[in-house]
Amino acid sequence: MSEHSEQSGHVGHVVPVSTYIIVFILLMMGTALTTGVAYIDLGRWNTVVALTIAVTKMMLVVLFFMHAKYATGLTRVVILAGFFWLGIMITLSCSDELTRTWEIVPQGWNMIVPFVSRLF
Amino acid sequence: MSTGQEIPAESGVNYLNANYGIKSWLLTFDHKRIGLLYLVSITIMFIVGGMAAVLMRLHLVEPQGALFEPETYNKMFSTHGIIMVFFFLVPSIPATLGNFLIPLMIGARDVAFPKLNLLSWYVFITGAALALFATLSGGVDTGWTFYPPYSSLYSHSNVTVVALGVFIAGFSSILTGLNFIVTIHKMRAPGMTWFRLPLFIWAMYATSLIFVLGTPVIAITVFLLGLERVLHVGIFDPSVGGDPLLFQHLFWFYSHPAVYIMILPGMGVVSELVTAFSRKKIFGYSFVAFSSLSIAVISFVVWGHHMFVTGQSIYAGLVFSVLSFLVAIPSAVKVFNWTATLYRGSISYQAPMLYALGFVGLFTIGGLTGLFLASLATDVHLNGTYFIVAHFHYVMVGGAVMAFMGGIHFWWPKITGRMYPDYWARIAAAIVFVGFNLTFFPQFILGYAGMPRRYAIYPAEFQVLNVMSSAGASILGIGYLIPLIYLTWSMRYGKPAGRNPWGAKGLEWTTLSPPPTENFEEIPIVTEDAYNYPVAGGTRV
Amino acid sequence: MWVFLVTEILFFGGMFTAYTIYRALHYESFVTGSHLLKVKFGATNTYVLICSSLTMALAIRSAQTGKRKGQIIFWLILTMIFGALFLGLKLRFEWYFDYLEGIIPGVSWAYSGAHAPGVKMFMCFYFFMTGLHALHMIVGLGILTALVIMTARNRFSPQYYAPLEISGLYWHFVDIVWIFLFALLYLIGGRYPGS
Repeated sequence: MSEHSEQSGHVGHVVPVSTYIIVFILLMMGTALTTGVAYIDLGRWNTVVALTIAVTKMMLVVLFFMHAKYATGLTRVVILAGFFWLGIMITLSCSDELTRTWEIVPQGWNMIVPFVSRLF
Repeated sequence: MSTGQEIPAESGVNYLNANYGIKSWLLTFDHKRIGLLYLVSITIMFIVGGMAAVLMRLHLVEPQGALFEPETYNKMFSTHGIIMVFFFLVPSIPATLGNFLIPLMIGARDVAFPKLNLLSWYVFITGAALALFATLSGGVDTGWTFYPPYSSLYSHSNVTVVALGVFIAGFSSILTGLNFIVTIHKMRAPGMTWFRLPLFIWAMYATSLIFVLGTPVIAITVFLLGLERVLHVGIFDPSVGGDPLLFQHLFWFYSHPAVYIMILPGMGVVSELVTAFSRKKIFGYSFVAFSSLSIAVISFVVWGHHMFVTGQSIYAGLVFSVLSFLVAIPSAVKVFNWTATLYRGSISYQAPMLYALGFVGLFTIGGLTGLFLASLATDVHLNGTYFIVAHFHYVMVGGAVMAFMGGIHFWWPKITGRMYPDYWARIAAAIVFVGFNLTFFPQFILGYAGMPRRYAIYPAEFQVLNVMSSAGASILGIGYLIPLIYLTWSMRYGKPAGRNPWGAKGLEWTTLSPPPTENFEEIPIVTEDAYNYPVAGGTRV
Repeated sequence: MWVFLVTEILFFGGMFTAYTIYRALHYESFVTGSHLLKVKFGATNTYVLICSSLTMALAIRSAQTGKRKGQIIFWLILTMIFGALFLGLKLRFEWYFDYLEGIIPGVSWAYSGAHAPGVKMFMCFYFFMTGLHALHMIVGLGILTALVIMTARNRFSPQYYAPLEISGLYWHFVDIVWIFLFALLYLIGGRYPGS
């Protein structure tokens, strides 16, 4: 760990205790909810729900506990860049792994059609 | 550290003679001394990697191989690749010139986290020592890419130790990148706005972004590989459902941007050299600056072009091919801007400029052949041949190493306070240029004709070109030895350089040579743009 | 510090990418593997970590508002207790039982049910990811210890509390990683009968 950070030397935003408590309660409820939902059969929506709740919880922690809500633009850019790059890595890796078994029909441009039609 | 002391006289106390002894170097927090520590360490690594290369070329003089068993040959090229990529090229310009120059160029007394800076050197040395140890105690035969399943299931060499070395050295890169980003954001002198920064700083900033965003991925990847070897758990083992290509995805997610870690600082150095020796403001400052950043960003979305013939989905191949072509745009922007800067400049051909011009030419060849490889159809023919070898050596040696040599020659008077013999330097630059082309141009033809890379033997009809290449390698080796001799000589016997031997612009030239420990007598205030040379030559452009 | 956390995001990100792809390739096995995990303790540990994040935030707030050092130390120690509780539960009720059940690849492997190779792969990911996370927790506990000592020596004030702030960022980050690990490893295939 470094002994100074970019933010050293200034007095940051003081978040009221009540905000912390509300966020805390929301996080606890989120955990209960996501565990509960797992026991209900929603088909593939189970995955969606679990991930949505996880992302929401993460946003709460980042915005309030980690003070990103009160941070400078630069800090926000850094955070977004981190997730953006993670996105690049996952998306492009999947672009290979998940399309590898697609059938190749050698008929020139026609093979593009089913690919494009999946997008819309 | 003696901040607040009396201003040193022109021949007085500087960072080199402020204190003596091993401890004052090994425990220093001075970014300039740390830069020199890196310089010494990577020079040693360069010599080790270079010797492996020369031995390989000697072996290939004869079609049946002149020196080694094929297994030994495999270890030889793996050693060469691993040492040169991870322990020379990646830290070369950033950790030496970057460490030395960033605070000087932006008008700061040191980097943001001096202790972290020293720590990164120790981390690097630990990784390098592990890699060297593994090499000496049996070697590695996987190539620098460690592809499984060979590296995880079959290889009986020291893969785990080397992987650990790369893993550890990765943290050194991360720390350096972190340090540079914060330094460039927070430590600029008054008046040093973003668009007054020297272009070398922009390039270092882009490089640091790649360090921070890419290196953790290679770290976790080789970590997984190591675990797989030790515990035999089968993450990349197809027989239990693993996917060896996933390793390649994760590996190239770092390793393709790593190519730009090597070339971007080189581009930064060349931007400095071209303006300084043309006595002209750089053409299109903001274009050059932003092209560095866009190269850094685009470099992360092109990695699939290393995998066109691996069984990757053709849809992904199409996407990666198109994205790969995009990198050519910012790279070409740079080349055109350098040429436009040269146009009607008052050019002087001193040694650093020779290296810079060599860089522009060789990088252009390396870059353009890259376009052939980004095209799906031609890549199928050329992949895995000597064409690839020639291509990336044109970029890495012709580009990155040329720029490194140019940068060292340019800033040597600042680093040591003494001049080297320019006559010898120009001869060495010419020898390097000739030797380089003789080594690698025949390899383009060999690859096009179908000679595969990484083989210890080859059909007899390829012998002429191989002998040419080997001869070139010897010349290249001599070309690199000469500077080693006269630069060492100049440290003791060279003429004192004075503050600004080249008459160049930039804050680093306003202070003493060598600079005092605290860099500047007082922090300068910047009032003009970078490269504000009085217009020489024509008035057009 | 945020720049460092971005590094960490991509560090774990590499594993998340690998996990995502294998899960897509071997969906059935990963669901089977997921059911071998003890969701009760996973959930309990999530609650524990959220508590520790709250106490960490309160510790920083105490420093910001210039409270007595006793109060800062109180919150820090509470955070450490929650952190240690997490590790304890993990070790005693999850990894220890996993060991007894023989579902630790490379160490104790006796699973022979359905989709054995895929399940083994899943368990590999489970142990790599939670192991790496636990390692981060241990580092975090070390940092917290240092913070307690620094606080006791009156190093912090409302003007200077940066070490607390950045250590807090680290601690919350580790919490976030767990939130995702819990969702991805324990829950994602569903826990209902027949899933």
